[in-house]
Amino acid sequence: MSDQTNSGPVVAADGRPLKQSLQRALRREKLRALMLIAPLLIFVLITFIAPIGDMLFRSVENRIVSETLPRTVIALEDWEYESGEIPGEPVFAALAEDLREAVKAKTHTRLGTRLNYELTGMSSLFRQVGRKIRRMDPEQPWREQFLKVNKKWGDPEVWGVIQTYSSPITAGYFLNAVDLRLTPRGVEQRPESERIYLMLFQRTILLSALITFMTFLLGYPIAYLLSNLRMKTANILMILVLLPFWTSLLVRTSAWKVLLQQQGVVNDVLVWAGIIADDQRLELINNATGTVIAMTHILLPFMILPLYSVMKTIPPSYVRAAKSLGATPFTAFRRVYFPQSIPGIGAGAILVFILAIGYYITPALVGGRSGTFISNRIAYHISVSLNWGLGAALGALLLVLVLALYALYDKIVGIDNVKLG
Amino acid sequence: MKLTTTLMATSALIASSLAAGAEDMTLVSWGGAYQASQQKAYAEPYMEMHPDVNIIWDESSAEAVAKLRAMAEAGNITWDVVDVVAADAMRLCDEGLAMEIDPDTQLAPAPDGTPASEDFGDLLVSECFIPQIVYSTTFGYRTDMVGDTPPDDICDVFDLEAYPGKRSLEKRPIGNMEWALICDGVPDDQVYDVLATEEGQARAFAKLDTIKDSVIWWTAGADTPQLLADGEVVMGSTYNGRLFKLIVEDKQPVAMLWDAQMFDLDGWIIPAGLPEDRKARALDFVYFATDTQRLADQAKYISYGPARKSSAPLVGKHAELGIDMAPHMPTDPENAKRTFLFNYEFWADYRDDLDAKFQAWVSK
Repeated sequence: MSDQTNSGPVVAADGRPLKQSLQRALRREKLRALMLIAPLLIFVLITFIAPIGDMLFRSVENRIVSETLPRTVIALEDWEYESGEIPGEPVFAALAEDLREAVKAKTHTRLGTRLNYELTGMSSLFRQVGRKIRRMDPEQPWREQFLKVNKKWGDPEVWGVIQTYSSPITAGYFLNAVDLRLTPRGVEQRPESERIYLMLFQRTILLSALITFMTFLLGYPIAYLLSNLRMKTANILMILVLLPFWTSLLVRTSAWKVLLQQQGVVNDVLVWAGIIADDQRLELINNATGTVIAMTHILLPFMILPLYSVMKTIPPSYVRAAKSLGATPFTAFRRVYFPQSIPGIGAGAILVFILAIGYYITPALVGGRSGTFISNRIAYHISVSLNWGLGAALGALLLVLVLALYALYDKIVGIDNVKLG
Repeated sequence: MKLTTTLMATSALIASSLAAGAEDMTLVSWGGAYQASQQKAYAEPYMEMHPDVNIIWDESSAEAVAKLRAMAEAGNITWDVVDVVAADAMRLCDEGLAMEIDPDTQLAPAPDGTPASEDFGDLLVSECFIPQIVYSTTFGYRTDMVGDTPPDDICDVFDLEAYPGKRSLEKRPIGNMEWALICDGVPDDQVYDVLATEEGQARAFAKLDTIKDSVIWWTAGADTPQLLADGEVVMGSTYNGRLFKLIVEDKQPVAMLWDAQMFDLDGWIIPAGLPEDRKARALDFVYFATDTQRLADQAKYISYGPARKSSAPLVGKHAELGIDMAPHMPTDPENAKRTFLFNYEFWADYRDDLDAKFQAWVSK
């Protein structure tokens, strides 16, 4: 207000301060614009943001223990794992009551499966006791009856796991996703023989970077050729670039199998030409080599297209001018042409890299044991092992990783320096 | 495959909306030759008997548990009858996602009046599971790549000197760990006791280490037949029905190595929580499709053994090739001299643990 009195009242036709009525008009405009994109916005929210949010939530959500065994969780609060002894009768009684209800609702096996992720054997422990709980005698001490069903109930480790995972939110899945685990004794590294995820993350990044570099190496000359040919010829060649795009991904991948296997076309030709001996056929597939070759081919158009559209905008006169000023063709290319094509390389590289990092069909088909990616493990946990929490945690980590790499990329290359044409 | 299914489903949809009153029933199966055998043996005769029912197939059995769980969470179950392996049926039953079945009232008795519970016997491994076939995971080998002494022992898979060349094994611990221990000298009946210990697991991995560099790991049932047909591997494991097709229908130079074949079961479940009318129809279909004659009929199209004892004598000749099917069944006495019973309970407990170890081992 004081601002207005100081600067003198500039008012609109209706007597309101001009600033206010301008803001109002702008706001109305913004709302109208928002209405226009509202269908898209709602669509994206429902089909993209919400599922991702749900997935992120699953990676920490752990209500199952406190919901299935509410009384046991409370009764266990006073028990200490460090004591090295199993809890007393009241805890067993609480567990018995919880289990009775859980068996009725059929949730005890689900809980067993959940805890089995942390300690092998929990699944059958719960299933077994679930079958017998109805026939147990409430007059007798519960502790002895449980121990009679399975003496593992006398192992403090079992109770420690229940206690450790009784909170509704857990970091357990994320720890599992980086080869650690949450035990009653705190966070520990997984045994050497079970460490797999960090290695897979590392492999995914390295191979994706290699694939990106390969697409650049192969794509750059092609894009250069395309952008410097007559329109008619260029269009025909462009179809050749796009043709694989229109073929099913599975067909292309299977075609690589036929070409690359040990009794395949490539090896046959090499043997026939006498370059390699018949008993020393190359292993080109079912390993990392296969993944790199097949994915380079599949992702190549994503490198060529941005490069091409950027190169189209580079006026040929610049290189001519450089040459007329005495530059050799190589210098003219290096100092005049190449720097102008960098935005295209940037766009192509980021497209290919981000696509590669999340690929899973091709690595699954041709990757063998050394060429599979982290996304193959995510797919495994979502559809086979049904450890959705771990799958979600791995997916969330992958998302964070991509965002971090994107930020790094922005720092180094600069995102303003990326052009799609 | 996908396209034809979509087309079929679409045309089925159109046909059903034209035929007034015809109702859709969605069956879920594995696709390929197996689903085709079910189509011919169960679905076609059933639709003939019930013109008001229209059967639609969904090839999602491989992800059935994940999808049923998601459907239950969303509260919208679109499937009526689902074909799953026994281990998945147990998981679905445990989680309350499949309906419990009383075999004696809800399944057909044998023709001689024997109640279904006796006819299926031990194969009723879960309250929700309606067994259909017995299949086995076993080995096939190239007859032209093994010289004059074809392999006849499971341990020949681990013998790189006598049978050099690649072998294909499934990229999961189940099966491989058991075979490794057997060939490391563990008696068949102690395999799971040994495998439950750290040392036993290390032993199995050590045995697998001896052939690790010569293994191509498969993930889809069609991989091994293709690898055998291409001569990429000298021997490999897969489902016996796939090998039957490769040997008998495609006439490839491949033979079976039945030793220590791993029996497993496949069958139907009905999702829990279906509306009454759909539930009644699903039960009616299952009653029909798992009776003695129907199970024997399926064996005309694919070499999986019928799950009922009373079906065995009815197994006849292949519908198109006219060959006797009995000698190709995993349950044939000649083939089943030594079989290995897959322990569901053990794998329910150790699956996650051993899988993490196996995947770490395989990637190194």
